[in-house]
Amino acid sequence: MTIDSMRGRPPEGGPAEPGLVQLLTPEGERVEHPDYPLDLSAEDVRGLYRDLVLVRAIDREAVSLTRQGELGLWASLLGQEAAQIGSGRALTAHDMVFPTYREHGVAYCRGVEPLKLLGMFRGVNHAGWDPAAHGFHTYTIVIGSQTLHATGYAMGIQRDGVLGTPNAGAAIAYFGDGATSQGDVNEAFVFASVFNAPIVFFCQNNQWAISEPLERQSRIPLYRRAQGFGFPGIRVDGNDVFACLAVTRRALENARTGQGPTLVEAFTYRMGAHTTTDDPTRYRLRSDEEAWKLKDPIERVRAYLRRSGLVDDAFLASVDAEGKDIAADLRTRCRALPDPRPEAIFENVYAAPHALMTEEQEAFAAYLATFEEEVA
Amino acid sequence: MTTLTLGRALNEGMRRAMEDDPKVLVMGEDVGRLGGVFRVTDGLQKDFGEERVIDTPLAESGIVGTAIGLALRGYRPVCEIQFDGFVFPAADQIITQLAKMHLRSLGAVKLPVVVRIPCGGGIGAVEHHSESPEAYFAHTAGLRVVACSNAADAYTMIRRAIASPDPVIFFEPKRRYWDKADVSTEVALSDLPDLHAAQVVQPGDDVTVLAYGPSVKTCLEAAAAAATEGRSLEVIDLRSLNPLDMDTVEASVARTGRCVVVHEAPVFAGFGAELAARITERCFYRLEAPVLRVGGFSTPYPPSRLEDHYLPDLDRVLDAVDRTFAW
Ligand SMILES: Cc1ncc(C[n+]2csc(CCOP(=O)(O)OP(=O)(O)O)c2C)c(N)n1
Repeated sequence: MTIDSMRGRPPEGGPAEPGLVQLLTPEGERVEHPDYPLDLSAEDVRGLYRDLVLVRAIDREAVSLTRQGELGLWASLLGQEAAQIGSGRALTAHDMVFPTYREHGVAYCRGVEPLKLLGMFRGVNHAGWDPAAHGFHTYTIVIGSQTLHATGYAMGIQRDGVLGTPNAGAAIAYFGDGATSQGDVNEAFVFASVFNAPIVFFCQNNQWAISEPLERQSRIPLYRRAQGFGFPGIRVDGNDVFACLAVTRRALENARTGQGPTLVEAFTYRMGAHTTTDDPTRYRLRSDEEAWKLKDPIERVRAYLRRSGLVDDAFLASVDAEGKDIAADLRTRCRALPDPRPEAIFENVYAAPHALMTEEQEAFAAYLATFEEEVA
Repeated sequence: MTTLTLGRALNEGMRRAMEDDPKVLVMGEDVGRLGGVFRVTDGLQKDFGEERVIDTPLAESGIVGTAIGLALRGYRPVCEIQFDGFVFPAADQIITQLAKMHLRSLGAVKLPVVVRIPCGGGIGAVEHHSESPEAYFAHTAGLRVVACSNAADAYTMIRRAIASPDPVIFFEPKRRYWDKADVSTEVALSDLPDLHAAQVVQPGDDVTVLAYGPSVKTCLEAAAAAATEGRSLEVIDLRSLNPLDMDTVEASVARTGRCVVVHEAPVFAGFGAELAARITERCFYRLEAPVLRVGGFSTPYPPSRLEDHYLPDLDRVLDAVDRTFAW
């Protein structure tokens, strides 16, 4: 017996379909798109390049720290740097980011110290930064939950009456292709749409949800889902930092001026394992990885910089050196991160004093003290 | 008899159930080609095909909700929830639908659905990967809730659970997945032990220690340590939380007069509270001390660098045992 419907048809439309917004080819050639003009100074481009390289260096260091047992886990962004830096650099101080657990590049753009991200994966806390201070919410591990929070936050911005003013901000929610199957994400689309909330849904379609390919989540290109909910969807080359910047900038601007939500699908690829505990050789082809390597987000900016004479070897070398320094520093500081005090278990569970917390904390302290007596 | 890890025993149990009954399906995220993130379903899709071992879209409510529909159509779905903390998106389907359709239909509708949940901490994971949500489900009438603790039992329990005409929430102690034991895989289903009978896994006379899932091994270690100091602990593996085998518990506590309950979930309003209340009702005049509970704190599961403090270990069990004697 075969059941036809069990086998997912490949989704319609590949990366090369006309809908894909691209401003920089994999070969490093600048192309124009009528809807997404982008004016960047030489300094801007060098800055984006530096961001990409540094974020990759941070990510690579975190992977090796995990291998050395310093972190319990790491979700690598390898291959997704352009999607994150492009969208991250489109944000202003008034915007608020709702990330999942892989948005290290966006965190970097928002000024969250990489060590803070490492601390979470090392297991010293659940997220050691103040979301409001960075316009960057805590990482969310439960798939899709944050899209609703982002939508509600956007509804709050709307109520504050700032849309259309220079103080306007928007919310941006990051999630993966797998997340689009969750009820929460679909509910977020409904709320955002019917309330015309100032939000950008930024889906990094890296083709995989752990071992499951995109075909197991959708039969149509993801950006087209938006249409069914009543707002625009755009597919952008997720390995093209220029295009990600231009498209996200436009979507955010639309949100800030009261034109409602946009779904951006950044078409990209997860070059590494899902996390450091995953084994992609069980489910995916080496040849796919090789094909995507040719679209590397950093290589193409470097090619463009060279081609247009905007950099010399000294600049490229200095960025590489900076990456190495950041990585080395991160390694030292990660190893030196102290374990939290045991009492931290009871801290911040409630905002106001709570009798049961006090009781359990005192009992625990007394229990721990019995060991000190034994030693003494 | 073969030696298997707990994870492998579950795999063999599901395999046997699928061989015996073509209506048995396995479904969940990554259960196919990857074999599940813990490899518990490893090789099943290769042997039974994509029609019976289904990599589902990434949606827990969808997994359990469609399993209900498949069961309505005569199938016996075994759902895998990837990690304990991700069962909550499916909680609505489990609590409002799965648990209640038999009653709602005046017994006409049977839902033989198994929801497998890797549970508990101790593997150094990030948030939402180390929880013990058993009390939520034990509290919901219409569900059977069980927890295996070792490979031999895992094999028989998963087969019994799949054969159950009622929905079963099946907890698997993830930090024990790699523990090995001798498993007899030749036994016929009808000869397997009752899914809901508690087992005395370590006979003793001084204190009854009640545990299930990952805590059973900890309690056995505590019993071994206590024995060197001349104290004899009787360790009971409850195996089933709902229904609860109170007869086995009562027989033991009535004899020892002391009882310590151990679980990883927070103590406050946890499953231990139910045990303590029932034991008090049944054994009040035979108790030498109140029933004491050892468990997680009433806090969210902490970051992994603190989990050794959070999880009840041998010392905390022995400390509670000491306290029952201090009364
Ligand atoms: C509700 C929920 N179910 C399951 C998981 C386990 N899980 C973690 S990541 C992941 C795949 C996510 O894929 P996708 O949304 O495409 O994002 P990606 O990791 O590829 O960036 C799964 C199933 C989870 N974190 N949350």
